[in-house]
Amino acid sequence: MVKVYVPQDSTAKALGADAVAAAIQIFAATKGVELELVRNGSRGIFWLEPLVEVETADGRVAYGPVMDDQIDSLLNAGLLDATTDSPLYLGLTEEIPYLARQQRFTFARAGIADPVCLDNYKAQGGYEGLTKALAMNGQAIVDEVKTSGLRGRGGAAFPTGIKWQTVHDAQPTDGETKYIVCNADEGDSGTFADRLAMEADPYQLIEGMTIAGLAVGAEQGYIYLRSEYPDAHRILNEAISRAEAAGYLGENICGSGSKFNLEVRLGAKAYICGEETSLLESLEGKRGMVRAKPPLPAIVGLFGQPTIVNNVLTLAAVPFILAQGAQAYADVGFGRSRGTLAFQLAGNIKRGGLVEVAFGLSLQELLEDFGGGTYTGRRMRAVQVGGPLGAYLPESQWDTPLDYESFAAQQAVLGHGGVVVFDDSVDMSEQARFSMEFCVAESCGKCTPCRIGSTRGVEVIDKIRANQNRDANMELLEDLCETMVDGSLCAMGGMTPFPVMSAVRHFGEDFHRTTADQNEEVSA
Amino acid sequence: MPLTAEQISSTVQASINKLIAKPGALLPILHDIQEVLGYIPPEAVPQIASALNQSSAEIHGVITFYHQFRTHPVGKHNVEICRAEACQAMGSRHLEAHAKSSLGVDYHQTTSDGAIFLEPVYCLGNCACSPSVRIGDRVHARVTPERFDALIDELRTDKLEVLNG
Ligand SMILES: Cc1cc2nc3c(=O)[nH]c(=O)nc-3n(C[C@H](O)[C@H](O)[C@H](O)COP(=O)(O)O)c2cc1C
Ligand code: SF4
Ligand code: FES
Repeated sequence: MVKVYVPQDSTAKALGADAVAAAIQIFAATKGVELELVRNGSRGIFWLEPLVEVETADGRVAYGPVMDDQIDSLLNAGLLDATTDSPLYLGLTEEIPYLARQQRFTFARAGIADPVCLDNYKAQGGYEGLTKALAMNGQAIVDEVKTSGLRGRGGAAFPTGIKWQTVHDAQPTDGETKYIVCNADEGDSGTFADRLAMEADPYQLIEGMTIAGLAVGAEQGYIYLRSEYPDAHRILNEAISRAEAAGYLGENICGSGSKFNLEVRLGAKAYICGEETSLLESLEGKRGMVRAKPPLPAIVGLFGQPTIVNNVLTLAAVPFILAQGAQAYADVGFGRSRGTLAFQLAGNIKRGGLVEVAFGLSLQELLEDFGGGTYTGRRMRAVQVGGPLGAYLPESQWDTPLDYESFAAQQAVLGHGGVVVFDDSVDMSEQARFSMEFCVAESCGKCTPCRIGSTRGVEVIDKIRANQNRDANMELLEDLCETMVDGSLCAMGGMTPFPVMSAVRHFGEDFHRTTADQNEEVSA
Repeated sequence: MPLTAEQISSTVQASINKLIAKPGALLPILHDIQEVLGYIPPEAVPQIASALNQSSAEIHGVITFYHQFRTHPVGKHNVEICRAEACQAMGSRHLEAHAKSSLGVDYHQTTSDGAIFLEPVYCLGNCACSPSVRIGDRVHARVTPERFDALIDELRTDKLEVLNG
């Protein structure tokens, strides 16, 4: 009997994992080899996907990237005997340096087993956190989260324990319940950590939400999932129904008498619905118009009731904190950024994937030691950190330590941990234009500076790029950005100027000297 | 064959009946209708409105707010090209230009043979292996123009099989 693993993760499948799995099955059948094929989640080493693993007496050995035109020769070379004689052979999976150098808390289980297998989840420490939480009162759970120093992973880095305390202390209207809402809208380009967490380890999120429900006395949870993630949708629904059947969700959790129900709701392609109040409007069946704060969602949230809104990774960190103790989490990190952050190496990068490490590494180390330089092999020129509202960083800033405060000091954000790399073929004025264009497309329309300002921003950048009144238009662009920063209700309008102005400041030459206008000057 | 008004109305009613008990039922209802019919027919709007005790204008406002919902029938296969930054860094601008010119359509349009509906999307969570394209519920990674053409050919061949079969 041979046990082989081929991920069912959507990036692995996008690279041909299904065809690879099918070829392995056919090969085993023709050769009469007894095969157990596990469709596990991904470990997040996406540059090695499809990553095929074979179980041996010494542990699992890996091969990758196994493209569908290579699988036949790999099989003939002896994949099912765990051959070491293949250029795709990577040795023991656990010792792949990209993985071995990480500090995996939230992603410890990712890629190990079939993600919806509940027995596997429990065998790997799953539901230990809930078991502890069931023996505690709500305040003690909230205190534990406070002690861990966990801050929201959705972008704003707000202390999670303080949010939970507010919801804990607030009272719902008579006959109503409080809510736990998981923000799984993951709209930031260059990010996939939420997706990976949901596809590879769905029970961890479900457990985290259940613990949150116990902590604040909420009986209903919703996962607001972007519709761009159909695989995560299927996996979450399957995991929820299995958790219900096993008594981990429902009217009487593990016989404790506590109730918690959970449902996945799909978004409908709107970036702004990742903003928490817009998300709540959307869940209520309305247009995703941003609400003014106060009142905070913690006090007046979903259907007017006290509501925790947390990112997937925030909630997914909770089972570890309860199971291993808050101190174990707080022990790693840097300054006021405690625990680990899941960075996502994306774009023009040789070794793209998920890198969970303690805060404090420098961006340079992440790009070089993990990323290995650009995919195209050209010079790396600009790095956008923190999604479409994050700044573009030039090489001179790549020594910045990866923690919330150090980034803020550079007028940059870590956000959800997305790191998008561009080589020297990038035209930064085109990137700045796109930031404005994205804001036009995704603004909820409530504030004029965001709605109209971004439209004007596109026009002004077009003029600059066409060398019309360049100096005056550069000034106009600065003014426009200032107006957007000052006059926008939320970060959509308020932060779109970050990527735009960082492009202007650090890559000014792309706004000034194009070959076209040099030619113009020569001929003039 | 296009559905009759009666068939549309009963399909819409089935979605409403199935989901109306949910709190905040409107988005689930719209998703369900679009899943079955491929779009939200204009005549569904008053029907949903009366079921939810809202005005048609409110329902219409929700439908138009979200990029996902469409109000007219579209091509057989939904092809979405990621326009976001990680894909840009790997040549998605070139890919989208190629897609538009080879299909002869702009975004939000259907090819003349009715096979392909082309849409933009902002990130598919496949940013480590971009550029990314989604076709139906399947994502494709590292899509070059040549790979794109091959994928479209596959879709069109499928379509022929369906027509012949
Ligand atoms: C325009 C905009 C988009 C956002 N998108 C997301 C998102 O996709 N996912 C997310 O978790 N938070 C997003 N946020 C942040 C949320 O508003 C909110 O801060 C977060 O869900 C709180 O959870 P946390 O404390 O666990 O981070 C977005 C904010 C803004 C302004
Ligand atoms: S800043 Fe933009 S997205 Fe945010 S509330 Fe105002 S209009 Fe809406
Ligand atoms: S940016 Fe294209 S898949 Fe994420």
